[in-house]
Amino acid sequence: MDIRGRAWKLGDNISTDHIISGKYKFKAISSIQDMVPHVLEEVIPDFHLKVRKGDVIVAGRNFGMGSSREHAPLLLKMLGISAIIAGSFARIFFRNSINIGLPVITALRIPKATEEGDILHVDVERGILINMSKGVEEQVKPYPREILDILECGGIIEYVKRYGDLPWQDTR
Amino acid sequence: MGGMTITEKILSYKAGRRVYPGDLIVVGIDLAYAHDGTAPLAIQIMRENPELYRVFDPLKVLFVVDHASPAPHVEAAKAHKMMRDFARKFGIRFFDVGEGICHQIVAENGYARPFSLVLGADSHTTTLGALSSFATGVGSTDITLAISLGKSWLRVPEPVKVSLEGEVRPFISGKDIILRIIKEVGVDGLTYKAVEFHGDAIKYISMDSRMTICNMCVEAGAKTGIFPVDGILLRYLSQIGVEGIELEADPDAEYDEIFSFDLSSLEPQVAEPPNVDRVRAVEELEGTEVDQVFIGSCTNGRYEDFLAAAKILRGRKAKDGVRCIAIPASRSIYLKLLKDGVLNVLTEAGFFVAHSTCGPCIGAHLGLLGPNETVISTSNRNFPGRMGDKDSKIYLASPATAAASAVEGRIADPRKYLGD
Repeated sequence: MDIRGRAWKLGDNISTDHIISGKYKFKAISSIQDMVPHVLEEVIPDFHLKVRKGDVIVAGRNFGMGSSREHAPLLLKMLGISAIIAGSFARIFFRNSINIGLPVITALRIPKATEEGDILHVDVERGILINMSKGVEEQVKPYPREILDILECGGIIEYVKRYGDLPWQDTR
Repeated sequence: MGGMTITEKILSYKAGRRVYPGDLIVVGIDLAYAHDGTAPLAIQIMRENPELYRVFDPLKVLFVVDHASPAPHVEAAKAHKMMRDFARKFGIRFFDVGEGICHQIVAENGYARPFSLVLGADSHTTTLGALSSFATGVGSTDITLAISLGKSWLRVPEPVKVSLEGEVRPFISGKDIILRIIKEVGVDGLTYKAVEFHGDAIKYISMDSRMTICNMCVEAGAKTGIFPVDGILLRYLSQIGVEGIELEADPDAEYDEIFSFDLSSLEPQVAEPPNVDRVRAVEELEGTEVDQVFIGSCTNGRYEDFLAAAKILRGRKAKDGVRCIAIPASRSIYLKLLKDGVLNVLTEAGFFVAHSTCGPCIGAHLGLLGPNETVISTSNRNFPGRMGDKDSKIYLASPATAAASAVEGRIADPRKYLGD
C-alpha cells in the first residue's frame, strides 16, 4: 500500500467537532453527503473545495479527540484523504479509521518537519514515511498483519465479508 | 503471577482465561447500543451488507433517540424513523423521544452491571463504569459488528490507579473531582488506559457523581473508567432489582501509573475554553460574564445535580438577560424532580425546563450560542463551536457552580450560597 500526496498541516487536539461539528452533522444525519461542505470548515475554510484526492493530513498530538462519530474519518476519506499522520491519536478515532480502511499513522519526526503543501510518500506496509519536499524520512513501527489485512480489504466490514469473521483470533 | 485489576478480572472472565494488558482478545458482548447520532450509519452499513443485516440477540441490543430529540428538523425525523423501523423489524430494545439519554437509560434499567462488557456507539459510554462494568465507546462500524456478530475484539488496556483520599466537602461534586483529575493528566494523558478508582474518599461519592466521573474519563482519552463494587453500588443495584456481586481489584494488583488526589482541600473547578484540561479553581474565573447557563447532559443531568442547583436557586432568580436551561437526563429523573418540587424551584428561578435530550451539549437544538456568546455548562466538552457559533465560549462546571453563575450572570462560587 503506497501513498503519495500533498500535506495539510493541522495542530494538536483536533477534535471530531472540528472535523464535523455536531451542529452540522445533526442537520444532515440521514445523508452523509450533505455533511461534506462542513468538513473542517471552522479550521480551514472551504476545505472540501481545496482538498484533492490522495492528500495527507499531518497533525500534532491527540488527533480526533472527542466524539465516537465515525462520520469524522469517513468524511475525510470521502473527500480523498489517503492517510493521516499525527503525533498521537484519540483511541476511538484511531479504531474507526482502521475500521473504514483509512491508514492512521503515529509518528514523531514527520509531524514536526512537515509544512503545508509538502509532498509525502507513505509505505504503509513497511512503516516508512518520507517528506519528499524536506528530504526527511522516518521509520515507524509497521502495523500488525491483521490491521494491514483490514486496510487492504478497504475496511473491517469488507474483511468480515471476505473471510467470514474478525481478523483476530483469541490468542495471546 | 500477581493480583488482578478490575479490568483484568472482567476481561479474563469474558475471555475465559487469565488476560494481561496488551493481549488482543475477542469477547462476547453483553450489551451493544447506539443513538440517533450513530445508529443511522450503522443501519446504513447493515443495509448495504446483507450478510450483516441481522441482530445476534435482540435483548442485548438497544437504540435510543436522544441526540436531536424530538426531531428538530426533517433530517432528524428521517433518522429516527430509520431507527424505529429497524427496532420493529428485529425486536430490539428501543427507547423513543423523551425517554432519556442512552447511558442513563442503560444504568437505570440494569442493562449494565458488574462484570458486563458493554459497547456503546457514543464516547461517553464510559459512564457505565460506575456500575463496575467494562464499558467503552466505539464507532458505527464496531457497533454494527457487535449487533450483528455479538462480539468484538479488544486490546486489554493498561490499568491506571486513581486514588481518591480525604473527606469530600458537601459543595464538591463528581464534576469537580473529574475536572481536577483531567487538569492533572491532560486531555490525552490517559489515552487507551483503563482507569480504576480507589481510596477512602470513594465512600463519600454517590452513584450520580460516580457516573459523572466515569463519563468524563474519556475526556482524558481513557478507554474506560471503573469503580469497584461497594455498599453504595450494591444499594443502587438492589433499588433497580439487579443482584449484586463482588468485584474489586486484588490488593497486589499492578498498575502502570498511580495518581493520588486529596479531595479534602478541593475547591469548585471550572474548565475554560478551548479544552477540557484548562481547569482552574472557580475563584480564578469568578466574574466572567455568561449569556447562558445549561444544567443537564449525560454528564450532569441526574437527580443529585438538579437538587444541588435547586439548593442555590430556591428563593432566588436567575440574573436578567441570562438564558437558563435545565434538561434532566431521563424521564424517570424528570418525574422524580417533578414530584419532589425541584422543577418548581428551577422554573420559579427562571429556568426553561425541557424533556430529556442531549440537545444543546452537541449543538443539535434547544439553545445554541451566537457569535462571542458565553455559556457555563455542566456538559463534558468545551471545544470551539461545539454548542453553537465558532466564536462562542464554553466553560464547564458542576451544577452548583452553574446555578450560582445563573444568579449572578457571571461565573460565581457556589460556596457563597451554601453557607460555607
